[in-house]
Amino acid sequence: MDISTQKTDQAPPPTAPPTTTEQKRAARGATRPGDRIFLGLSRGSGILLLAIMAAIAGFLAYRASLAISKDDANFLTAFEWNTGVIPPKFGIAVLAFGTVVSSVIAMVLAVPIAVAIALFLTHYAPRRLRSPISYVIDLLAAVPSIVYGLWGALILVPQMDGLFGWLDEYLGWTGIFSWDQGAPRSMLTVGILLAIMILPIITNVSREVFRQVPQMHEEAALALGATRWEVVRMSVLPFGRSGVISASMLGLGRALGETMAVATVLSPDFDIHASLLNPGGGTFAQNIASKFNEASEFGRDALIASGLVLFVITLLVNGAARAIIARRKEYSGANA
Amino acid sequence: MAKRIDVSGLTAYYGSHKAIEDISMTVEPRSVTAFIGPSGCGKSTFLRTLNRMHEVTSGGRVEGKVLLDDEDLYGHGIDPVSVRREVGMVFQRPNPFPTMSIFDNVAAGLRLNGKYKKNELQDVVEKSLKGANLWNEVKDRLNKPGSGLSGGQQQRLCIARAIAVEPNVLLMDEPCSALDPISTLAIEDLIGELKERFTIVIVTHNMQQAARVSDRTAFFNLSAVGQPGRLIEIDDTERIFSNPSVQATEDYISGRFG
Repeated sequence: MDISTQKTDQAPPPTAPPTTTEQKRAARGATRPGDRIFLGLSRGSGILLLAIMAAIAGFLAYRASLAISKDDANFLTAFEWNTGVIPPKFGIAVLAFGTVVSSVIAMVLAVPIAVAIALFLTHYAPRRLRSPISYVIDLLAAVPSIVYGLWGALILVPQMDGLFGWLDEYLGWTGIFSWDQGAPRSMLTVGILLAIMILPIITNVSREVFRQVPQMHEEAALALGATRWEVVRMSVLPFGRSGVISASMLGLGRALGETMAVATVLSPDFDIHASLLNPGGGTFAQNIASKFNEASEFGRDALIASGLVLFVITLLVNGAARAIIARRKEYSGANA
Repeated sequence: MAKRIDVSGLTAYYGSHKAIEDISMTVEPRSVTAFIGPSGCGKSTFLRTLNRMHEVTSGGRVEGKVLLDDEDLYGHGIDPVSVRREVGMVFQRPNPFPTMSIFDNVAAGLRLNGKYKKNELQDVVEKSLKGANLWNEVKDRLNKPGSGLSGGQQQRLCIARAIAVEPNVLLMDEPCSALDPISTLAIEDLIGELKERFTIVIVTHNMQQAARVSDRTAFFNLSAVGQPGRLIEIDDTERIFSNPSVQATEDYISGRFG
């Protein structure tokens, strides 16, 4: 905004396009020392960010290529991870499946609850309850993930038998919820734990978004005779939609990359299981964490190759979220 | 459809602050009543008590009676939500639902009230947009977002949305203060047409507007900042602007205020 107004103030008339460096600089509004320093700082930060991303991608791609070129199995589809044998055979199919499945479970459980909590805090809760509840949720976000992992392994896992038995009895026929009475260190348990871990971030961001719904949008609905829930449905949720998607993406990012909590709870193997209740499977981050210390140089390259795939998946997910937000941009509250 | 409003002894509070005190007036059906007065005199607050929007603000409460024909809006067991379905409102800044199309904006109130068949909805939307003098401008882009319209068009869209549910009363809170003179004229013409069907109450800071559109004018004032606003007088608009019975009204209208 500032730059554009200054542009019109200081740029020469449109008939004479800026030619000298001096004029170009004037057109950008960076003539005063303060402006110039700020321009340099902000541009430098932007470039630095891109440079870091490029460096990470380059490092991952280079080390990954060393490993993948020697892989005797199909890197994308193989159900094994043997980097210590000759020829080495390893593939990321199980890891990709496990990462996606556990994150999807976490999102399915966490997003509706987080949105409901955020709505409660902004539109239903008595004023004096709002800050204590928000404070507790912030605390939840501050718990280190290893603590979640320990809690998951020591408290959550032993408690899952009841739920698993119930699911097996009533939904076991679907195959997804069948259970062979093994220890419940399975994808579903991981998903539940991840859901608890990503709940605070989604709740907090959604709460901020819902709080910013302009009063006039809510009054528009109220004046038509909308009940409180109808105000939420007509004004609050549509306005907050892109914000909730962004919040979910932050949560998803954490779920996709979560390492210690998954490694502590999951009982991994290298197979894809139809049932979410039986132990087994694995995720990228968990696999890297549990194998990295004992891996050979080549084994590490192979793990880095799997990290590259996680990197790409995260980029794709973020891109998809941005596309969803952009698709209905003209309907967003931003231009109102 | 249009109903009479009968207010007696109405006092409204924001928490412990008394915003307006002891207001009584009658608004005839199928007429336009304008509220004028200095900022902070409580005319908007009073307007918002007429559809129970006042109590949406935290700490907002009301004492006194507002009768719509014979029904007390603040009576025991009256649901504010159903009051607002009978008493529509148009706001100072146009506020179409930004995520909804033009069609959905107009249909929003109907959809709240129950199920309608698609062609019934289409009929009502067309009728309401015609009633708001907007149909010819938007009939080819009903599925485009309402927020893409100009300010004046958006305000007429909000009027169409308000009249689509056939309210008994239409409240307008400075509906033209964010609009240019041409859009203002369009809204004023529209108010003249709408009063055939609705009881209309309009708050305005524009004295010429009050003189142009209203049948009756009510002047509000407050004795000092922090004091509650009061109704000074209500009379036929012609009389208020030519020969008001209270000196304060004449001072305000002729610009000798304060």
